[in-house]
Order: sequence, then structure tokens, then C-alpha cells
Amino acid sequence: MGISKTYQEINERIKSGEAVVVTAEEIIKIVEEKGIKQATKEVDVVTTATFGPMCSSGAFLNFGHSDPAMRMEKIRLNNVEAYGGLAAVDTYIGATQESESEGYEYGGAHVIYDLIDGKDINLTAKAKGTDCYPRKEINTYINIETINEAYLYNPRNCYQNYAAAINTSNKRLFTYMGVLNPNSSVVTYSTSGQLSPLLNDPLYRTIGVGTRIFIGGTTGYVSWRGTQFKSGVTRDNNNLPKVPAGTLALIGDLKAMSTKYIKPAVFEKYGTSMYIGVGIPIPVLDEDIMRQLAIKDEEIMTSIFDYSVQEGPKPILGEVSYKELRSGKIRVNGKEVKTAPLSSLKKAREIAEELKTWIKSGEFLLQEPIETFPTDNTLNGLNSTKKGAK
Amino acid sequence: MKQIILFDFPREESRHPIVNDLIKIYDLSVNILRASIDFNARGFLLAEIEGEEEVIEKAMEHAKKCNVITNYVESAILIDEEECVNCGACTAVCVVDALYLDEKATLQFDTDKCLDCKLCVTACPVRAIRDVL
Ligand code: SF4
Ligand code: SF4
Repeated sequence: MGISKTYQEINERIKSGEAVVVTAEEIIKIVEEKGIKQATKEVDVVTTATFGPMCSSGAFLNFGHSDPAMRMEKIRLNNVEAYGGLAAVDTYIGATQESESEGYEYGGAHVIYDLIDGKDINLTAKAKGTDCYPRKEINTYINIETINEAYLYNPRNCYQNYAAAINTSNKRLFTYMGVLNPNSSVVTYSTSGQLSPLLNDPLYRTIGVGTRIFIGGTTGYVSWRGTQFKSGVTRDNNNLPKVPAGTLALIGDLKAMSTKYIKPAVFEKYGTSMYIGVGIPIPVLDEDIMRQLAIKDEEIMTSIFDYSVQEGPKPILGEVSYKELRSGKIRVNGKEVKTAPLSSLKKAREIAEELKTWIKSGEFLLQEPIETFPTDNTLNGLNSTKKGAK
Repeated sequence: MKQIILFDFPREESRHPIVNDLIKIYDLSVNILRASIDFNARGFLLAEIEGEEEVIEKAMEHAKKCNVITNYVESAILIDEEECVNCGACTAVCVVDALYLDEKATLQFDTDKCLDCKLCVTACPVRAIRDVL
């Protein structure tokens, strides 16, 4: 009989301050020393984390009503457009939206950051005016205290594995994978590897709708599967995908977030994005879960895609493990190439530690998913077709 | 000795006559290389200071007391450690490995190796690297 624990048992141990909580890096050593069985017995929760740039980020805000009331249609926050197609004073500010005066050096991500930072934000809005909402214009200042709801909502985060990028052309490329020097001189990658949430729970057994998480320095939840969720990919013997696969949609209270765990990002000649710190606890329910948690960087593979190819599928130049990528140098087609990360391992470690402290102190309990994700999901592309064409 | 120093003025201190203090109180020679002091924004002043080492040090302590941040400039770039998230994106463009992540995944900068090419300035997504010279 294998060992098995329930969420209730683990939560009881957390409440009584007895839970054994370690990070997804620490667990590797524990398993090496004690084996899967003993580690499963001893450890209750393993914390995973990531701190990477994610474009699919943004926040829902409610400004409160002015007098006379207004149904805002064209909304700007510090000159960055926010969505005006919701109810009167609701909006969504997307991280990648660029300032109309400063371009991508100040975007939606900066507005969100400044809100968390407590700064005053200039709100301007226009409307056609209606009988119930007569006001046509407003130019005022808001901040995190003056508005009602403010919650971060990320349609996509926590990519389960991601491509590594190379540029075989003779021109420097400016991409969301950073600046790629020409002639295959660098490979960039973005992951926290062995610390990454969905690489530690590759078949979504404990991470699903409703999972309680750390997001931006506060408590949040997995609200849905993320956009472009592609779980039905080929997996290795450890159930790990070698290409981008699962993703998560996340939600959390902006009012309780900290600028320590959220940072606006600017990718040169590409645009604005946002770094978001996410931590996800994984309950050690049984030995199978422990086996997945024990996986290390040398066992996690990714594929190197040539970002200089702009049409058609990007060619794959090889596979490489995260251990090799972290070493700073790899070989691609026989040539030595330097490697550079985009996601901060240091921050991810800080988050995994922080979440560990929360759980150990008894203030953060684990939530069993209300619904789990499918493992066979595929993706559609987008064709440009004429109306009515089949 | 000669030392290039970058003074950062927080918004409310933008009007402190720091250059005046350096010359009048400390008798240093100040050669202003670049400056931007806006009424509303954060201001900065890049200057080459000449004088005795101890006197420069004292003057810098005085500047700190006046809430002026002082940075000794050793190369064409300056990394703001507070802002840096240690992502490593800048290391991608540094062809001489003057920028690298150490075993604790923390960014290190080797001034001696730096070629002053400034490619890292635009490669840093959080704009933590400033082009100072
Ligand atoms: S200026 Fe050039 S050489 Fe110096 S650290 Fe930046 S990228 Fe490297
Ligand atoms: S790119 Fe910027 S934030 Fe990232 S490690 Fe370099 S200096 Fe720090």
C-alpha cells in the first residue's frame, strides 16, 4: 500500500503548525537522500514559484460614480487606453497597452504598478451622455484607495514549459524573448525550471480551478485554465512536455499586492509587458505526486526555436535541458552558444520561500481544485478567410 | 584624484544647491558633464570632481545627508540594484560577459570587462541600467 494523504489531513497539520513545507528545489535533495517513499511520508507541501514576463496580464477596476453620473466610453489612465466596453465605471486595463504620448516606455503594466505603489493616476474619460448618465467628460485623479474593486486578472500565466529562442539570421532581432543577437550567438529562455508550478504538477492533479495561490505578494486563485491551454502535447516518460503546453488564468486582489512582486517590463522595439510573481503550493498526496516534484532541471527539456523565421512554423534547432541552459553555455549544431534567462530565478526562489513561511505559520490553507483541467486539449490557429468560405 | 560622480535628486530635493556646496564648503573642482533637473521629475547631475580623496568622500557624505544619492561612475553604464529583478535579460547582449548571473542567480557586473557598448541599456526590461557617460 502506498502512502496517501488528503487535503483535510494536510490542512489540519498546517493549522496546528506541524506541516512540513519545503520548496521544489529543496525537495530534490530530500528525495535523493531519503527516497520517494520516506519523502512522501515526511513532507506535506512543496512550494513552486515563477517570476517571468507575461503579456497576457491586466486588471479590472471600478472607479465609483461621479455626480452627475457618467457611462465612460473612451477611458485613459495616465494616457494609456483602458477598455470602455463594460458597465459605466468598470474597466479593464491591459498590461501591453501603450501610452499615447510615451509609447511602450509607459504602458498598462506601468499604470498597474503605479496603482499598487499608491500613486495618483490621471483618469480621463469621454462619453456620449445618456438620460441616466448625462456626464460627457471627466478629468480627475484616482488611486488605489479611492477606487472600489481592483483585481489583477491574467488570462494566461505560468506557461508549462516554453520555447528557447535563437536567431540564425544576420540581423539583431528585438523580441518578447529579449534582444537576440545575430548569427546564433545567444539562446534565451524563460522558466523557473525545477521550481516552475506546472512542471511540478504536469498532469494538473492539484492545480485546477480554485487552487489558492500566491500572486503579486498576496493570496489569489487559479480561476480557469489559461488561454492557449494545450495539454494534449507529446510528453516524455516523466509526463513533461518539451514545448509550451498548459497555462493558467489567475486572479488576485490588486489592493493587497506589493511592488516587490510585480514589475512592468519593456521589451525594446516590441512593447510593454509585466513581470508577475506567482507561487503555487502542491500538496504531497501520494508517491506519484512526489515523483513529479522530485524532477530536476537536467530532466526538463525544451526545444530551441529559430525566431528569425517569421512565416510558417519556426524550425526547431535542437532540444536542451534546463540544467544545460542554466550553465550559461550550450552547443547548437556543433557551435558553442551562450545562454541567458528572461525570468528571474532569484525572485522565484524568494516567492517559494515566502509562500513556505505563509503555510508554516498556518495562515495559508490549501484549496482542492473545484474542477480539474483536461489533459487532451488542442489549439486552433487562425486562418485569414473570406466570409462564408469553408 | 578625479572621480566621475552621478548625483540623483529625488523630486523634493531638486533644488538643493549641491554643486555650490561642493565648491564653497569643500573647495572641490566640479566639471559638469551632463545634467537634467526638472521641476517635476527626478533630476540628475553627472560631474567630474577633482580634489583629495578624503575630501571627496566627506563631500559625498554631506550630499547623502541632503538626500542626494551619489553613485561613483566607473563605466558607461550604471545598474540600479534596487530596480534590478535579476532576470538576466541583459546578459544576453553582453558579448564580453561583463554581465553575468552568479551561482545565487544574482546579477554581477565586471566593470573591467565592460566595453561601454551600452547594448544592455535597452535590453533590460525593467530599465534598471542607465546610460551615464
Ligand atoms: S555596456 Fe556592453 S560590454 Fe558593458 S556591460 Fe553593457 S553590454 Fe556588456
Ligand atoms: S536585465 Fe535589468 S533587471 Fe534583468 S538582470 Fe539585467 S539589469 Fe537586472
